[in-house]
Amino acid sequence: MSEVKTWEIICDASELEANLGVRALIQNQQVAVFRVQGKLYAIDNVDPFSNASVLSRGIVGDLNGQVVVASPIYKQHFNLENGQCLEDESVKLKVFPVKEEAGQIQVGVA
Amino acid sequence: MRSGALITLVQFENEEERMSKQRVVVVGNGMVGHKFIENMVSHERAADFDVITFSEEPRLAYDRVQLSAYFSGATADDLMLTSEGYYQENGVNYVLNDKVVEIDAKAHKVVTASGREESYDKLVLATGSFPFVPPIPGKDQPHCLVYRTIEDLEAITASAEESKVGVVVGGGLLGLEAANALKNLGLKTHVVEFAPRLMAVQLDEGGGNLLRQKIESLDVEVHTEKNTQEIVPGEQCRYRMNFADGTHLETDMILFSAGIRPQDELARQFDIEIGERGGIKVDNYCKTSVDDIYAIGECALWEGRIFGLVAPGYQMAKVAVSHIMGGEEAFTGADMSTKLKLLGVDVASVGDAHGRTPGSLSYVYQDGVSEVYKRINVSADGKTLLGAVLVGEVEAYGTLQQMCVHGMPLPESPEALILPAVDGDAAAAGMGVDALPDAAHICTCHEVTKGQICSAVEEGARTLADLKSCTKAATGCGGCAALTTQLLNSELEKLGVEVNTDLCEHFAYTRQELYHIVRVEKIRSFEELLASHGKGLGCDICKPTAASILASCWNEYILEEPHAGLQDTNDYFMANMQKNGTYSIVPRVAGGEITPDKLIVLGEVAKKYNLYTKITGGQRIDLFGAQQHELPLIWKELVDAGFETGHAYGKSVRTVKSCVGSTWCRYGVLDSVGMAIRIEERYKGLRSPHKLKFAVSGCTRECAEAQSKDVGVIATENGWSLYVCGNGGMKPRHADLFATGLDDESLIRYIDRFLMFYIRTADRLQRTSVWMDNLEGGLDYLKSVVIDDKLELGEELEKEMGIVIDAYQCEWKTTIENPEKLKRFRTFVNSDAKDNTVVFVEEREQIRPATEDEIVKFVEPEEIAEPA
Repeated sequence: MSEVKTWEIICDASELEANLGVRALIQNQQVAVFRVQGKLYAIDNVDPFSNASVLSRGIVGDLNGQVVVASPIYKQHFNLENGQCLEDESVKLKVFPVKEEAGQIQVGVA
Repeated sequence: MRSGALITLVQFENEEERMSKQRVVVVGNGMVGHKFIENMVSHERAADFDVITFSEEPRLAYDRVQLSAYFSGATADDLMLTSEGYYQENGVNYVLNDKVVEIDAKAHKVVTASGREESYDKLVLATGSFPFVPPIPGKDQPHCLVYRTIEDLEAITASAEESKVGVVVGGGLLGLEAANALKNLGLKTHVVEFAPRLMAVQLDEGGGNLLRQKIESLDVEVHTEKNTQEIVPGEQCRYRMNFADGTHLETDMILFSAGIRPQDELARQFDIEIGERGGIKVDNYCKTSVDDIYAIGECALWEGRIFGLVAPGYQMAKVAVSHIMGGEEAFTGADMSTKLKLLGVDVASVGDAHGRTPGSLSYVYQDGVSEVYKRINVSADGKTLLGAVLVGEVEAYGTLQQMCVHGMPLPESPEALILPAVDGDAAAAGMGVDALPDAAHICTCHEVTKGQICSAVEEGARTLADLKSCTKAATGCGGCAALTTQLLNSELEKLGVEVNTDLCEHFAYTRQELYHIVRVEKIRSFEELLASHGKGLGCDICKPTAASILASCWNEYILEEPHAGLQDTNDYFMANMQKNGTYSIVPRVAGGEITPDKLIVLGEVAKKYNLYTKITGGQRIDLFGAQQHELPLIWKELVDAGFETGHAYGKSVRTVKSCVGSTWCRYGVLDSVGMAIRIEERYKGLRSPHKLKFAVSGCTRECAEAQSKDVGVIATENGWSLYVCGNGGMKPRHADLFATGLDDESLIRYIDRFLMFYIRTADRLQRTSVWMDNLEGGLDYLKSVVIDDKLELGEELEKEMGIVIDAYQCEWKTTIENPEKLKRFRTFVNSDAKDNTVVFVEEREQIRPATEDEIVKFVEPEEIAEPA
């Protein structure tokens, strides 16, 4: 992950409910942000298998110890930590730094 | 008679090839003739033979065994066993409407009524039988009919329309089926039998008496020991039948069903040896007295016996094919055991039903309260089973039939075979499937042996559905489904195959088990369920499954805090996600009935939000291309106009399709639209293991295509017929006829129970059709649960349905009234921008998602331009 230059505030912490993703628009990029077991994750929102911008609307859970989101289109799973697709080794999504500060959710951009 | 329509399909490359092929002519295209052809074309040497078949009927082979289904809505097409397409694909020549009238054995050729000549190397007579009509004066008048072909059924239907009272002459198996048909046609029905009891061939006195009692309680009058002397004009009815004992009976129509006679006329004329009382004599290879001529099925006489059942006919077909191909297979007689339902009464007969074997001993179990009669006949030494009679309850049939055919040793207390199970473990008293020899026919309809099933399992079959598709077992009458499943499980166990039925890594339970846990422990949320019975965080398998189970049980608002994160995106946004991430919207249009005003609203909303509009297969209107933030705006307008959500996004009740019914249609029998709306309003919002589709047709023309639905309802003169477990889609399945002659309330009660039993026992994402194929005991079992209430679950199931119905709410109405929930529909949590990955182009005056290429063309220049 490259160096963070700025942190963009996307919403109040209360607006990001556990296990329910939200979608943010950051410098013309769509980012899916999740809170799972208290931990925050942010990945590219575009599902590379359908090119639809839908991952924030996927179901989150865990598979073999990895925290994942399932694409609502064709159901591939993506590791929220590192963006790796579980069904296709060659597919890895961009991940973004994300933190909660002063009651706000912030996504880091390079 | 129309002239013969010949279609010759095999194109010979040259005369030489034609000469090298052997020509097989099959006379008659009934069930057995067709089976013969099926066996021919699937034989490895099929290419060496040319097959041509002649039928005097206007259509190819159909299922005569299921003939009575014609009266409960099946069409001639439904009964077809094959199609012209199948014959064409397999290079079989067929000639319909043309009867073979001459055999020239010396010249090896046949001649038909239309004058067509056809040479043969081998000739197969599969001419079947004809109904025996006793030589009673007056038998040839109008409205005196027989019951054998589809044309007969058409004549019966026509006659019934002009009749109020009907008599069936003959109280055997076919006669009782015919009686059922007359009853279904709305006639006051009588059965007149010469013998002292019904089904005298298959049943003993006790069984026959109980059958009579049961049939009479259905308002069918039975007259035994009646010898009809003459049919003369009647006073109240069209005819009067005078009996030898001085009594008489008035009736408008008469159906003769007094047995069959082999159709041996052709053989008789051309010097093929015939038995004293008819039937073409055949040897163990089904060869007749004349070289190169075979006879199979009901026209054939083997060791002085005619076999009037289809299974032995099929065996003969197999034997004849084998012999023609140079094989050694021989016909060695056939088991005449039968199990069937007559006028709703279960009846079975095995082996020596009357105990006529010298020295035989009998055990009889009679329950006057439940109306059950069972008898087994055992050998003098008490070691083997000779035969059995079962009336009212026939579950033991499979076991008894196998024991009898294979001469297997009886258990120590043979009476346990027919006594009701006290501790619910009947199998313990009987025998395990392991005891059966490999040659045992598990499925007698398709002649599937235990050995074949075992090897299928060895080769990878893991479910009953697998076995059905690779062996055909349990796909005929379905009576062997339970036995097949037992065998499957026992074989899997032996192979050490541990069938992992866990839902996913988070729950070591099946969906059924989880459903049970949720019900019994009154669990209300996924967290509770995970904490008490699962591990980890859950996943996209178990979360929606749990959401569905919770909704089926308690029907709470799905966006309520604990449930929201469990929903698939479609359920979460209460719309159907399409390929580009936008949604489509389907408001409920119950029964497909909609007012012009509401239609206008849909049009206006679609226009305002620029939505693509299409009519669905379920008689509703689908509005495509809405972005997530637009959903609440659109729904606000729809709800204000009186629309409710259509649940097109859920694994739930979808639509009830209907035809216009008796209100408008000149053929309509009942109000199908009214019933469709009632059903849709009742079950709307019900979530289930998979989607549920319904249809109601107003008459047996079946314009609503109810037989392709999970629940299909068809109106008849006698009330509603209920069909279940049909499916269109990828693997079409015709629905099974479940019950007939229902009034509105019984219909609803059965559907309540059926749906809740499905929800209780089905697997995740298992449609009712697959569920039925895997259900142990199949249709009969389902009937016993829903109709006979064997598990005493009926009331409970209805109560559970009541809870769901009472808790119904339109999810969209609830949502638009809740500002907190509405926040979730924002496209971006930090911007009011639109999703720029969603691009539409116009086609046929409406929008559609842009293709990849189009997106590159339209979007990229913009994006490049933007940052400047």
